[in-house]
Amino acid sequence: MNKVDSINAMKEMLLAERGAAAGVRATASPDVRTLGDILARHGRAAAQIIGILQDVQAVFHYLPEPEVRFISGELDIPLTRLYAIATFYKAFRLSPRGRHEIALCMGTACHVRGAERVKDAIERALKIQAGETTGDMRYSFETVRCLGCCGQAPVMMVDEELVSRLDHLTVGTALEKYK
Amino acid sequence: MNVYEAFKREVAREQLRNVEIKATGCHGFCEKGALVVVHPQEILYTQVKPGDVPEIVAKTLKKGEVVERLLYLDPATGKRIKIEGDVPYYKRQMRLILGGNTRIDPSDIRDYIALDGYQALRQVLEHWKPRAVIRTITKSGLRGRGGGGFPTGLKWETARASKGSRRFIICNADEGDPGAFMDRSICEGNPHSVLEGMIIGAYAVGAHEGFIYVRNEYPLAVEALTVAIEQARECGLLGENILGSGFSFDVTISRGGGAFVCGESTALMASLEGKPGEPRAKYVHTVEKGLWEQPTVLNNVETWANVPKIVLGGVDWYTAIGTGDVSSDPWGGSKGTKIFSLVGKIKHTGLVEVPMGMTLREIIFDIGGGVLNGKKFKAVQTGGPSGGCLPESLLDLPVDFDALTEAGSMMGSGGMIVMDEDTCMVDVARYFIDFLKDESCGKCLPCREGLRALLEILTRITEGNGKKGDLKLLEEISEGIAATSLCALGGSAPNPVLTTIRYFRNEYAAHIRDKQCPAGVCKALLHFKVLAEQCTGCNACSKVCPANCISGKAKGIHAIEEARCVKCGACYDACRFEAIAR
Repeated sequence: MNKVDSINAMKEMLLAERGAAAGVRATASPDVRTLGDILARHGRAAAQIIGILQDVQAVFHYLPEPEVRFISGELDIPLTRLYAIATFYKAFRLSPRGRHEIALCMGTACHVRGAERVKDAIERALKIQAGETTGDMRYSFETVRCLGCCGQAPVMMVDEELVSRLDHLTVGTALEKYK
Repeated sequence: MNVYEAFKREVAREQLRNVEIKATGCHGFCEKGALVVVHPQEILYTQVKPGDVPEIVAKTLKKGEVVERLLYLDPATGKRIKIEGDVPYYKRQMRLILGGNTRIDPSDIRDYIALDGYQALRQVLEHWKPRAVIRTITKSGLRGRGGGGFPTGLKWETARASKGSRRFIICNADEGDPGAFMDRSICEGNPHSVLEGMIIGAYAVGAHEGFIYVRNEYPLAVEALTVAIEQARECGLLGENILGSGFSFDVTISRGGGAFVCGESTALMASLEGKPGEPRAKYVHTVEKGLWEQPTVLNNVETWANVPKIVLGGVDWYTAIGTGDVSSDPWGGSKGTKIFSLVGKIKHTGLVEVPMGMTLREIIFDIGGGVLNGKKFKAVQTGGPSGGCLPESLLDLPVDFDALTEAGSMMGSGGMIVMDEDTCMVDVARYFIDFLKDESCGKCLPCREGLRALLEILTRITEGNGKKGDLKLLEEISEGIAATSLCALGGSAPNPVLTTIRYFRNEYAAHIRDKQCPAGVCKALLHFKVLAEQCTGCNACSKVCPANCISGKAKGIHAIEEARCVKCGACYDACRFEAIAR
């Protein structure tokens, strides 16, 4: 996520928190049923918050504000603390993702085998920078640190699929099959 | 996986009854996957495709014949090798921990039990006092495989002696070092070996609750561990009254959120408590006051997997492997084996397990087969992002905890990244500092601001704006960060800068003084152009150029329009006449 996004997200959250304190209801409503299941799976334990947020993200592909707000109320954890956790850990995102999520590995093995050139090539092909989502919501592109598949470097994950031994000359066309 | 399905189909079709197909964990020889081993002959087939399966079934399984063309071809002798153990990649290894991976279906506890699994636990619960377990582990000289190299037995002893209402056992599977994946491999391929180690450890220190903190990026590892825990519970190996001994212990899996610093013990514990993973000062050690302020033993995956081996094999057997003398002092040497992930510009990438004390040269050249594509070896980076880069002159260094630290690097979790002449050492230093700057939690100033300053200078150098005195400044800042940071992340963060300056000063000089990148990596210092006298006009370069900035007719001399060049290097790689200069 870029800086502007994260600042906007924080601003929205803080404004909404103050609004909630003043008795103003947030407009969007959370998916209470899904959240109920997730909370139950973790025994509604506040210490399990990282796992809870991970499960929420697994459903929505990001942490939607109404859902986070709901959890904050249910587990009695201040929204600011959830924000601290969501921004500290790399796994969490506060903005919606594209239909296909590309995670390019920038681990050391990939780096020495040319991941930087692959990154440039993907950025050229999708016309976005790492960390962004295309305007048509087709792709989100981000770089990650080591997927642990160093033997097949350079690698990326597209959604659940591992694509290995990438080449900067062909990676652009390889992405076209993800509609 | 397709190969596995093909075997199942084929064996069912042929109605073979005495054949069992196992989907095992990683064999470690990633370069030559998919790998198939036929027992009991131990015939190794490499690069197997689903289409090869009918032939293997028809020849090897039914008639006992060998499919020659699928055997491993030894590039040194040009001969094919039949037996897994004879392949040079495996021959020099000692696979105490990884060995199980090739014979065990991780989703079936019976496989592990059939290979002496949980025998160590049974022995301990039936015949050993907790103190005897601790004494054995201390005497064995086992040191933490996660990077710290702290004697495991001493850790356990302190935890046992510390006061607390509860005690905790943690397995650190937050394998954050880029370039290292042995913990993933063990968790996925042999999860019960980790569980057994943890249960024995829990018994020794008197803990009843355990956690495995595993990266969320490793979904297969999470799955394998979850299944393993369930099966262990069903067999009475976890839970109340384990094997009727009266001792109770259970394990919970906790998934990490993707923060490198959470490999640090206090940060990991903060994360387990549901907080941002920021380390704290360790004036009180976590073995005394760790998770929820209680005595806590945290060991790495590989360390836990060593424990059952030591219990079964005994101290004398274990201390015969490795370097130094630990009979009176567990710090006196490095015992047992260590798993390295051999990656980067190397022929045989994969996981290798060797006795401590083997030299870098043996690991990289004898096992790893040397540098990829016949290029020249430049450096090997050990110890993860905060390890160091060691040059060719140190290739005969024996690899153990103490020798690596003396050379300015460290064991770390066992990443071993080989770099060749096409790797720029200044860029590598910049890369690691960039990584560490991102991963610094920001709590303490030297790490947060110091790394930012180092990155600024290194970036300046790679962009051709290096100044006289930059090296001295880098060294000064590095010393400051190392001396004053709160945790080991900051404490060791300057290692990549210091070792590259120490061993590759020339390359820094080339960037700073001559504004050149000898390895051809730093983009700002590269200027691609066509050498008219060499160019044959073959069009190979213009065909691959993603920016379409190379002009020239067939058979005519080509030209690169530098303003539009994206400096991807495709033309340089494509040219067969050395007609592109950079």
